[in-house]
Amino acid sequence: MNAPANASKLIKGATGDWEIVVGMEIHAQVSSHSKLFSGASTEFGGEPNSHVSLVDAAMPGMLPVINEECVKQAVRTGIGLKAQINHRSTFDRKNYFYPDLPQGYQISQYKSPIVGEGEVIVDVTASEQIVVGIERLHLEQDAGKSLHDQSPTESFVDLNRSGVALMEIVSKPDIRSAEEARAYVTKLRTILRYLGTCDGNMEQGSLRADVNVSVRRPGEPLGTRCEIKNVNSIRFIGQAVDVEARRQIGILEDGGKIDQETRLFDPARGETRSMRSKEEAHDYRYFPDPDLLPLEFDETFVEELARHLPELPDAKKARFMRDYGIASYDAGVLVMERASADFYEAVAKGRDAKAAANWVINELFGRLNKEGLDIASSPVGADQLGAIVDLISEGVISGKIAKDLFEIVWTEGGDPRALVETRGMKQVTDTGAIEAAVDAIIAANPDKVAQAQAKPTMLGWFVGQVMKETGGKANPQSVNELLKRKLGI
Amino acid sequence: MTDVTRLTLAQARDALQAKTLSAVELTQAHLDAMAKARGLNAYVLETPDQALAMAAVSDARIASGTAGPLEGLPLGVKDLYATKGVHTQACSHILDGFKPDYESTVTSHLWRDGAVMLGKLNMDEFAMGSSNETSFFGPVASPWLPPHRDGAWAREALAGDKKGLLVPGGSSGGSASAVAAHLCLGATASDTGGSIRQPAAFTGTVGIKPTYGRCSRWGMVAFASSLDQAGPIARTVRDCAIMLRSMAGHDAKDATCIDAPVPDYEASIGRSIKGKKIGIPKEYRIEGMPAEIEKLWADGVAFLKAAGAEIVDISLPHTKTALPAYYIVAPAEASSNLARYDGVRYGLRVPGKDISAMYENTRRAGFGPEVRRRIMIGAYVLSAGYYDAYYVRAQKIRTLIKQDFEKAYAQGVDAILTPATPSAAFGIGEKGSTDPVEMYLNDVFTVTVNMAGLPGIAVPAGLSADGLPLGLQLIGRPFDEETLFSVASVIEESAGRVALPQPWW
Repeated sequence: MNAPANASKLIKGATGDWEIVVGMEIHAQVSSHSKLFSGASTEFGGEPNSHVSLVDAAMPGMLPVINEECVKQAVRTGIGLKAQINHRSTFDRKNYFYPDLPQGYQISQYKSPIVGEGEVIVDVTASEQIVVGIERLHLEQDAGKSLHDQSPTESFVDLNRSGVALMEIVSKPDIRSAEEARAYVTKLRTILRYLGTCDGNMEQGSLRADVNVSVRRPGEPLGTRCEIKNVNSIRFIGQAVDVEARRQIGILEDGGKIDQETRLFDPARGETRSMRSKEEAHDYRYFPDPDLLPLEFDETFVEELARHLPELPDAKKARFMRDYGIASYDAGVLVMERASADFYEAVAKGRDAKAAANWVINELFGRLNKEGLDIASSPVGADQLGAIVDLISEGVISGKIAKDLFEIVWTEGGDPRALVETRGMKQVTDTGAIEAAVDAIIAANPDKVAQAQAKPTMLGWFVGQVMKETGGKANPQSVNELLKRKLGI
Repeated sequence: MTDVTRLTLAQARDALQAKTLSAVELTQAHLDAMAKARGLNAYVLETPDQALAMAAVSDARIASGTAGPLEGLPLGVKDLYATKGVHTQACSHILDGFKPDYESTVTSHLWRDGAVMLGKLNMDEFAMGSSNETSFFGPVASPWLPPHRDGAWAREALAGDKKGLLVPGGSSGGSASAVAAHLCLGATASDTGGSIRQPAAFTGTVGIKPTYGRCSRWGMVAFASSLDQAGPIARTVRDCAIMLRSMAGHDAKDATCIDAPVPDYEASIGRSIKGKKIGIPKEYRIEGMPAEIEKLWADGVAFLKAAGAEIVDISLPHTKTALPAYYIVAPAEASSNLARYDGVRYGLRVPGKDISAMYENTRRAGFGPEVRRRIMIGAYVLSAGYYDAYYVRAQKIRTLIKQDFEKAYAQGVDAILTPATPSAAFGIGEKGSTDPVEMYLNDVFTVTVNMAGLPGIAVPAGLSADGLPLGLQLIGRPFDEETLFSVASVIEESAGRVALPQPWW
């Protein structure tokens, strides 16, 4: 955390440079059918209070019983974070009063978390990679939801989420910019989705971030931090970091000091607002939950889970680079979602892997992003895109025609090979037809001929003209050869 | 016809099986006795319709030869146990009107085995108390007459503020009083620091707190989760053994409940204790202990020696620290366990201008002074800056207390004999009004057992100079309730069964 500051990340203030320091607590909802300590469903979007057991409602005499699947999910996540798995962990009670907290305490792991230190490798840009340390991961209960908009005089409470399992993943303060913060959460979400331990759905609140931001002069000790609570999109996380860092720099440059406090990010106004100061912080009176025994398992339990884990993004990326010879950043983009990686592999299989990567990333992903679609709902399937790549490498169509073909397949569907036939999109390899076009252009442009003979790079202009004349269907290689011969260059 | 309420649970069971008595008759006799004894305030709710309906079902089962081990036996249930559709308030105002739509594991075991529910029994509010005076529903009177008082005086006191009548002990005061007054054959009780054993000792009844984890806590209103344990109060050791066998057993809904077979405890009654090593801990000989308690203890030693047991002196050096440590651990857990009573979902709600005011108004009105005191102590000892000095140290003491017992058992001790209480029952309104610690001292011999999670039984062993019952306590190895039943039945036999009071109420 005291590595030399990266000059490119520094913020220029009125009085000199500032370094941003960010650490994050990510609350990831565990993918499980039932809650952490009860059998109630975790399904999203049920009628209010329809997924509530006696335990979730904290009825008198009810007791929590740990859901083994949630424990497994936490261990799987720990493995995915290359982290220390603690064979013994304990549950504590965090005591506070709130209407959506029926027990009057949240069961969490305060002292001994199930997962210890680990790390996440993050590609920030095509050329920059950072490692963000993981401090710990612990299991805890989610709270219910207070509804203030149902009645003018009363607040209602929906306990459907009450008791749902969360993994709180705490990073070290290893993040130095808004961009890094976004990239970290993106990567973490990728890992969780690969593992199947959290669906990563930020709109539904399955992934929320508490963002700790401080600023300092490069090389100086850490500044006082503010915690921005419950930021619920990756874009907002970036904005919150920037806005909060600038607020703090403003205060410090005016000779003020930062008060440690909890703040809220208001995306509409692009600002953070104070929620409560350190003095107002609750005394949570943590103590070990006497209703629960320490959570214990052995290495066999961990190994068994590890054995059944899917290939994780870092491993997959390394394999793509090695086996398909594609660049690190491209590989990183392809493995971002498991479905995209699978799609790519289906396209690349038995084909030019680099060409396949270009088509998947540039054409397909570009188009999907534009339309706001995910890979699962892509109108162009892997076999169709593969056929397009085949048609290019076989010389049946040119790259330019291939883009038109992609467009047709995207909007109308169909077998690319058949489409090329029926729509007459095949490349003209008939040298007679090409030669006629070449001759016509040479004849019509004697001045350009002279120029090209003096400066062979002018050849490109002739190629363009021929392609135009042939509606793009001429085989570029044949065109080149013919022109060179006829122009004598 | 003889008064069937005077039968022991075992005798009643045998009569029902022999079909010389019907469950409906037996139940009706108890309901009649309860109706006449309302002044004692042992029951906070009588459930005659339910009782008679259950009894009729039992008679049918007995007739068809499908009777369970407790078939047709009328029992009382401490108000701390959730009973489906029936008043369950742990005798607190804050659970006003609360009727759960679930049944506690322990009571459902009793109904599974054929028992009949007579009603819900009074108790100290949330089981916090040693005299049953903290109940929202008023104090319970013991059926034992105070020294030098007659029935006429007592009846008048019963109609008034009950001052001067004897407490039945607490927190299971309703259970003990009802059992001693023959208002049920046995009762469920619960014990966090002595709440089964102390009232049993005060009323001349038998009560066992089994090993922590032996009975499920699911559906019992929690006081201090790491100490609470269910158990029975009944008139004989055998009756307790019969009840405990039904109450105990594994429950996947309680993570602290063990999965181990439940022995036939009744089979250990009358089993020879020859060669059993009984430890006498010197630290229980406390300063200012009344001579009659000393004598009781010595009598107990003599009974066991005569039965062939080997008596050994042992030391449990951390005994003195148990009570103060208990009064940190128990309130700490209670302060958190009772946070759910917030007026939001069930029970009492006293409105306020905002949510905080509603919380404050509800909890101020809903909890009595003793419960409020313990919540405040608990919140204090857990708060930042005090946690290490109080809670952490108390937990360390707890470990040391456990180790004391482990060392004694490692030396081959089978059970430990101590007095159950430092005195006989005292009068209602007599103790604790100015200094709560005076009341807390009642638990001095019993809290160690909860702190160590061990089984403990209180059995009547004699009378005080004033003619009041006194009890001895036996502390056993973890999950060795059988030895306790064997040894306790020897004391019961040797001391002669205490003659319980004849009705004056």
